[in-house]
Amino acid sequence: MAERASFLVEARGVSVALGGTLALDRASLRLEPGPRTVVLGANGAGKSVLLRTLHGLIAPTAGVVAWGDVDGRPARQAMVFQRPVMLRRSALANIGYALAVNGVAEPQRSRRAAAALARVGLTALAGRPARVLSGGEQQRLALARAWSLEPEVLFLDEPTASLDPGATAEVERVIASFAAEGTRIVMTTHNLGQARRLADEIVFIHAGRVTERTAADRFFVQPGSTEASLFLQGEIPW
Amino acid sequence: MFEIFASLGEALALIGGADPALAGIVVLSLELSLAAAVAGAAIGLPLGALIAVGRFPGRRTLIVTLNALLGLPSVVVGLVVYLLLSRAGPLGSLGILFTPAAIVVAQTLLVAPIVAALARQVAEDAWREYEEQLTSLGVSRLRAVPTILWDARFSLLTVVLAGFGRAASEVGAVMIVGGNIDGVTRVMTTAIALETSKGDLPLALALGAILILVVLAVNAGVFAIREWSARRHG
Amino acid sequence: MVMNLPRAFRHFGLAGIAAAAAATTLLAVPPARAADRYITVASTTSTEQSGLFKQLLPEFEKASGIEARVVALGTGQALDMGRRGDADVLFVHDQVAEEKFVSDGYGVKRFEVMYNDFVIVGPREDPAKTRGGDVVAGLKAIAAARAPFASRADKSGTHAAELRYWKAAGMDMAKDKGPWYRETGSGMGPTLNTASGMNAYALTDRGTWLNFKNRGDLVILVEGDKRLFNQYGVMLVNPAKHAHVKQEAGRKFIDWLVSPAGQSAIAAYKIGGEQLFFPNAKPGG
Repeated sequence: MAERASFLVEARGVSVALGGTLALDRASLRLEPGPRTVVLGANGAGKSVLLRTLHGLIAPTAGVVAWGDVDGRPARQAMVFQRPVMLRRSALANIGYALAVNGVAEPQRSRRAAAALARVGLTALAGRPARVLSGGEQQRLALARAWSLEPEVLFLDEPTASLDPGATAEVERVIASFAAEGTRIVMTTHNLGQARRLADEIVFIHAGRVTERTAADRFFVQPGSTEASLFLQGEIPW
Repeated sequence: MFEIFASLGEALALIGGADPALAGIVVLSLELSLAAAVAGAAIGLPLGALIAVGRFPGRRTLIVTLNALLGLPSVVVGLVVYLLLSRAGPLGSLGILFTPAAIVVAQTLLVAPIVAALARQVAEDAWREYEEQLTSLGVSRLRAVPTILWDARFSLLTVVLAGFGRAASEVGAVMIVGGNIDGVTRVMTTAIALETSKGDLPLALALGAILILVVLAVNAGVFAIREWSARRHG
Repeated sequence: MVMNLPRAFRHFGLAGIAAAAAATTLLAVPPARAADRYITVASTTSTEQSGLFKQLLPEFEKASGIEARVVALGTGQALDMGRRGDADVLFVHDQVAEEKFVSDGYGVKRFEVMYNDFVIVGPREDPAKTRGGDVVAGLKAIAAARAPFASRADKSGTHAAELRYWKAAGMDMAKDKGPWYRETGSGMGPTLNTASGMNAYALTDRGTWLNFKNRGDLVILVEGDKRLFNQYGVMLVNPAKHAHVKQEAGRKFIDWLVSPAGQSAIAAYKIGGEQLFFPNAKPGG
């Protein structure tokens, strides 16, 4: 469905100053429909800020973020955070809330919320208060909530960083299946194994700048910059 | 010290005696304080959440003012409401001075700032947690207000209880705008003041003990509900 | 119900919450207890605290079907309430101020209803040697001994009377008061509580005193002086000034108070066998 757009979202020379330091420094990145992108970089390199700026949570100090059109409207987007924030209501109602806010009326709202829960295998927990679910279940619920909004682009900021290996595998499986359906995945991770498993391409970011964009299979064998190869060796280059 | 124990005994005797006049006063106190707590919450909760979530000029001034209003002297509120509701005042045509409605108005004015100030803190904490997620979902700040109020409902219940406590313990304003009319606007606190005036300190203290018991019972009930549902909802 | 609330929020938002709260408020506020027919009577704390109204009002209500709601204040405040139009009838005891109230056009006509008397109470040992039947001599003795004296100082009828007695004793309390003269600025009861706590002298009406329980060491020391008689008057607030005054019901209350039925009800009120108020309505006011 997204095939007609030449690009979904683009950052052009985006700088973001946070508390006096430059978190993003003239970063540029154009995301076309298609591959799964994993943003890598050292702590503090600006990965999360990049995602938040693209998503619209942080306003650029300089430069622009532009959204491409899909079917004559701006591309839809959603974001999943490291720690899911669930409202004090049932799992199903959490999805219903997101749909209601985005103008989805009944009866579609209930239908889509139930479908989203089924999509991540949480149907059995639909009536359970969301905040008493386990970390993994909450993250899957967050994925379902994001998915229910039918985003063309889904940002994920360290979605498994707080999860145990079992829950991590579940979440990865859900992300992969979203991608297979055509949702554009843009995620950050600290987990290089996860990056290998999920990435089609790697965007490497260093000191607030996008320094490299390489197909994943090549990046892990032959990174294009010294910083990236040092990063892959597990060394901090400063 | 002996007098206090004697009063407790008298309080128990009063409760056991199920005096209808006393029961009427207790029920009226509860009704009016609950009404004021509800009305104060209807004003204070949205106001507090709006201030917590909103970004507008004068917000800091508003917060400082609101916090200062926590110490609003009830006698001043009573006087202002009296002058407003007096026949010679701007709202005199309502004819509600010296009626229970006047008491609720005065109590609401005392309760609303407390609820607003405390709700602001609760809502601000909640907003810190939710801001990114809600913004990501496309929730406007205005739309976030009811969401946050509902999500912080267990904490806010305590806030409303604080408002109820202020209303129930209020005497200065209630005396002025209610007039302490027997059977009409005589509530626990003004009855206590009256018995104190009559020098019947043991009876006054006994009424005080009953007031504390009633407030305690309301608090315990709400606390139990809160604990139960908070455990269910996490 | 609790589980349905989120839905209510979604559908009605804040307006719904506010409406629900308003509805709750209206439901919680009980309607006027008795009949719609009631009058507001501004009276004095001493009358209320003597317990007289508990005896009087039910009888009036039975005879007329009208509920009389009493707001008890100092006479000064009660007169002010009348001036503002917040009462229908005034039942107070400061003849000079009452007559001015009527001549200023705020009241229709003043009727005398009853009198009681003031007494001076003080410590049983009576260090200032006031005991007797002469109020002026008693006050002079208190001032001479600089013995603690608790004054209402609240512009009430009792306070006005006290100042008149001091004047008769040759003292202007605005100038001549010393640290022994303690102004409580409160009602009769609180002032007696203060006097009892400090073992001070005080001027009080007999009714409040007889009904007062926290006497401590205080006893009646001066009584029976003709000058200590305390006349009560009743007035309808002038409907020409305040159109909402319930003049018909108010007049009924006044008529009943000065009628034989009302007068005998006043005479019948006793505490410990002692009559507190002496009816003295004159026919035709």
